[in-house]
Amino acid sequence: MGDRWKGVTIAAGTAALVSVFWWASMPTVGQAPGAPQFTSYKAPRASDGHPDLNGIWQALTTANWDIQDHEAQAGPRPELMGAYGAGPAGQGVVEGNEIPYQAGALAKRKENFEKRMNVDLSHDATWHETGDPELKCYLPGVPRATYMPFPFQIVQGPGNDILMAYEYASATRTIRMNWKGEAPIDSWMGWSRGRWEGETLVVDVTGFRQETWFDRAGNFHSDALHVVERYTPMSPYHLLYEATIEDPKVFTRPWKMSMPLYRRMEGNVQLLEFKCVPFTEELLFGPFARRPGPQR
Amino acid sequence: MDRRFFTAFGLLGAGVAIVSLPAVIAQGPGSPTKTWIPARTAWGDPDLQGIWNNATSTPLQRPDQAGGKQVLTEEEAAEFAEDLAHGLTRDRRDGGAAVDVNRAYNEHWMDPKRLEITADKRTSLIVDPPDGRIPPLVPLTPERERRRLALAEATRRFNDGLPHSHLDGGMPMRCIIRTDRPPYLPIIYNNTFQVFQSPGYVVIQVEMIHSARVIPVDGRPHIGKTLRQWLGDARGRWEGRTLVVETTNFRGDDGAVYGNADPETFRIVERFTRVDANTIDYTFTVEDPRTWTRPWTATIPWNKTEDQLYEYACHEDNYDMVHLLAGGRAREKAAEEAAKKAR
Repeated sequence: MGDRWKGVTIAAGTAALVSVFWWASMPTVGQAPGAPQFTSYKAPRASDGHPDLNGIWQALTTANWDIQDHEAQAGPRPELMGAYGAGPAGQGVVEGNEIPYQAGALAKRKENFEKRMNVDLSHDATWHETGDPELKCYLPGVPRATYMPFPFQIVQGPGNDILMAYEYASATRTIRMNWKGEAPIDSWMGWSRGRWEGETLVVDVTGFRQETWFDRAGNFHSDALHVVERYTPMSPYHLLYEATIEDPKVFTRPWKMSMPLYRRMEGNVQLLEFKCVPFTEELLFGPFARRPGPQR
Repeated sequence: MDRRFFTAFGLLGAGVAIVSLPAVIAQGPGSPTKTWIPARTAWGDPDLQGIWNNATSTPLQRPDQAGGKQVLTEEEAAEFAEDLAHGLTRDRRDGGAAVDVNRAYNEHWMDPKRLEITADKRTSLIVDPPDGRIPPLVPLTPERERRRLALAEATRRFNDGLPHSHLDGGMPMRCIIRTDRPPYLPIIYNNTFQVFQSPGYVVIQVEMIHSARVIPVDGRPHIGKTLRQWLGDARGRWEGRTLVVETTNFRGDDGAVYGNADPETFRIVERFTRVDANTIDYTFTVEDPRTWTRPWTATIPWNKTEDQLYEYACHEDNYDMVHLLAGGRAREKAAEEAAKKAR
């Protein structure tokens, strides 16, 4: 249980003391992630004796556009893309909606957003300087992988490792259960160490590279990023996902996001391929191609 | 074979091997030992989990030096292994300046297991046909011949340092598919696979390029015919303790299907059998009446490893793609200027 939902429970309980009628007519509680009616849920056990998280899951949020509250907006090239490129409105997934950036970091976020479509691979040293990694089909990092608008599959067997396979970019990530020691290497998806806390899979992720973003709005971090994720089954059909973000180089304090993850229920559901490299090559490499007419 | 990939690294013909002798499989070095009690998962499926490495120096096709022998004696094998390792090692400095520069990409970066022959001392990974060679090709249709030539021309441009665009680079250089497309063949490095299992699934995570091949073993039908994928659509079933995987729905892009086979008629069946605690026998059979004159089969041992898989982020830092393209443009410009001066 996240503190946020404990708060909801307490608030609801207080309200119930004041007025049972008010309590009975509080439909919004039922739609919140980890809503009170599911607090007693205990998931079936998997072969490892822990809650069974096996399945194909997907977030149903607009957090990939912006993890904070955001209005619907035109896409970056409306004269070309029309409404196709537009982004949906959404309520943020950040607790309290504020991201505690250090002084100066907010300007970097703004610059990221303004230059999110700017790509220039002319120099290795500045290769990653501008442009949303998603635009370039780069690995999404954590937690962004979780709420990309694509499903992902959790494979939890009897072994020591749990696999998370994401449809987006064929990204994968191994959760090493009870791994002791530091991340041996920095990577886009980080180094994930898992443990069980009762009904919750807790994943501690470090060893990140700095290039991934949280969303298309340019929210960012450094290589000091430390993410603690919590996956808690709330019903047979949904998990509560919570991620605590810590980065002493960019934020003044840890902050938290949460959202439900829904089980994909189609009888024939499976991960398909979204190998997006071919969709971005012309953008990235086109400037270096031989073209008809005078060469650059 | 991803011919362009190997050529790009000057490794054409390097230790890629596959084998498939049903007879060898039954009795070969990978055969079940009497003391091995096949492990099973809690829900009763054979347990293939773990991290595996498929590197070997045994070539896919039997070399002439094997003298037609399928399996070597201890003594013959030692010499065979030494010859192969000598040919493959990149720490030699006896090839002249150009070769020497190429070998600067030395053993430090390579998988040392690729310098060892298979434990069963076979001379080729191909076990069928009996000559250990890929069967002769059938004549291509004019359309496929045209496409093959176009692909060869793109490869030539790329190898000459004059690629027109990223498309001339081929799938591995473009970081679209590498060793993750079946059949699984060993390569110079990153030959690691991790197998995960959960009820109804076997999942193979392949280091290059960080993809997970999710194989349902629950009897469900394949996805719709119009849904093509780079890695195809895999379905598994258990035959005794062997996982049998059939994969369909491959994309039709040039170079997308193994051996440039025709995705319409290409068939691949892979068989994974754990023969002891530390070995999986991986056997695949491919056929395509529009490509090869007969089906052929190879067997590659997967050896358990204590290594971990690490993230192979290929596309993210594919600096060389830009270097190669920019180099091509620079060469063109230099040639234009030289031509001007000559006038």
